[in-house]
Amino acid sequence: MTALSAGRLAGRRRRRPADAVFKFAAAACASIVLILLAGMLLRTTWAAWPAFRQSGLSLVTSNDWNPNLSKFGGLSFIYGTLVTSLIGLVLAVPVSVLIALFVSEVAPPRVGVPLGYVVDLLAAVPSVIYGLWGVFVLVPFLTNYVWQPLSRNLAFIPLFSNFASGRDFATAGVILALMITPIIAAVSREVFRTVPEDERESALALGATRWEMIRLAVLPRSRQGVIAAVMLGFGRAVGETIAVAYLIGGIANQITPHLFQQGSTIAATIALQFNEAASVPLFKSALIALGVILFAVTLVINVGARLIIRRGGRSA
Amino acid sequence: MMSLKSRHRRDKLMVAAMVVAVAVAIVPLGFILADVIAKGIGQLSADFLTKPEPYVVTAPGGGFGAGVRGTIKMVALGTVIAVPIGVLAAIYLSEYQAKGPLATSVRFFADVMTGIPSIFVGIFVFTVVVLETHSFSTWAGGVALGILMLPVIVRTSEEALRLVPDTLREASLALGIRRWRTIVSTVLPTALAGITTGILLAVARAAGETAPLLLTAFGNQLIVPFGKWSGPEESLTLEIFTNSRSPFPSQQARAWTGALVLIAGVVVLSLIARAVVSRRAKLPR
Repeated sequence: MTALSAGRLAGRRRRRPADAVFKFAAAACASIVLILLAGMLLRTTWAAWPAFRQSGLSLVTSNDWNPNLSKFGGLSFIYGTLVTSLIGLVLAVPVSVLIALFVSEVAPPRVGVPLGYVVDLLAAVPSVIYGLWGVFVLVPFLTNYVWQPLSRNLAFIPLFSNFASGRDFATAGVILALMITPIIAAVSREVFRTVPEDERESALALGATRWEMIRLAVLPRSRQGVIAAVMLGFGRAVGETIAVAYLIGGIANQITPHLFQQGSTIAATIALQFNEAASVPLFKSALIALGVILFAVTLVINVGARLIIRRGGRSA
Repeated sequence: MMSLKSRHRRDKLMVAAMVVAVAVAIVPLGFILADVIAKGIGQLSADFLTKPEPYVVTAPGGGFGAGVRGTIKMVALGTVIAVPIGVLAAIYLSEYQAKGPLATSVRFFADVMTGIPSIFVGIFVFTVVVLETHSFSTWAGGVALGILMLPVIVRTSEEALRLVPDTLREASLALGIRRWRTIVSTVLPTALAGITTGILLAVARAAGETAPLLLTAFGNQLIVPFGKWSGPEESLTLEIFTNSRSPFPSQQARAWTGALVLIAGVVVLSLIARAVVSRRAKLPR
């Protein structure tokens, strides 16, 4: 009897490595996520080093992008990225938050849940299709019915004067708004969901209307989470490439207050110029450097947003 | 203090604003789908899915066979890379030391990674694969897609594994079954529906990527055989991109049909993914 169980135990001990190996494999795979992120930063920074050394700070402070003369001042791309992303946010934030409120607070689940899926579908549409549709459908529509009338009647405001072609900062901003609406709406929806039911009921019991209940119970508790949602949307807008490459014109060195003029963004420039750059080492390095800057910016935005969300999740 | 009447009026106004906001988001989605179907369905045929673009690209006819093949190859490679790593990583996050420093940071940075611009992943793979092998290739495109799929699979698989009740694990362990066997034969099969959903969503996302492929697969109008993985590769998205930027109507028409094929694939994948989840949700606990 004892011999038997001792034998079994020994057998077990022999098989024990399987457990350790499996755990090690799982831990190794988990570590790959961290190694990848670090590797991406290091490897691309290394590839961008020649451009960083040649151009230094002028990479982000100079507005002279002329690859033929080895001038790599990317300020206009940073400007274009910020302008288009801000237009996107201004349009998308109120719409997304209202959608999230409707889905989580007002609509009965029978309506709200499928509606949430439909809005999520906006995120499933590939960006190349946003670009294609944007060029052939949205540009003519906005040009005829919105941009030109605006430009004609409000020309005294610099933002709206000097209409060019319909492929411009404004149109790129509109398409970005459409593309970031689902992420802002989805994250806000999750945030609203964490508000305790008691607080809603207390507000309603005191005779609040639905909107007052939202203003008194839901919004004050969700402010940070909604800020995080907006940051995530901003990160997406900053990094969006193909749809913007279609719609912004891809013109370098354009820093102008006129929203109806062509320009370019960091991501769109990388996509549109990489072909030419592949055979010119310094040019290629400069585009990779722009990519590193883009990565650093989106990394900071995303880390910030996730920290806010995590803190919110813990206190709730 | 506002009168009751004006409070109710404001309430109605705000709810109306919400309904308008929903419409503002859904109407463009409707137009996108309708336009892609209307402009794309004309040229849709079996040939479109299998034949390459005509030798003279401005001629009508031909199809995106090269892109369809390339997309299938590269998404398959991305899946083969990302699924085992992603699911194993998720197992670590949910089954081992879920609150340890490694799990906490991996969970956090996987979330962060989903927000990294896809073009940057393209740049990275360009530097590690294209520069090293001196060639754009199917390999490079697939690796880029795999990296983009990885964080999605890690997070959705972890969520799915966490839904597996502890009683199942305890029952298995109490029978003297090893931890790893318990995970492989009890926990994983129970979470399979949720993991599948995550994989399908990641596949749909990867199939729709353009920017990273521009820097890794590059594009190639000629059909690359299934067995050839070196040298430039086409994708459905790259073909839509290049054709739609042409001034010739025949190429623009092909771009719309390509968009129809792509959107149909992506939407079907997303719907299947949802269906898998909701069927699981209906099962008795």
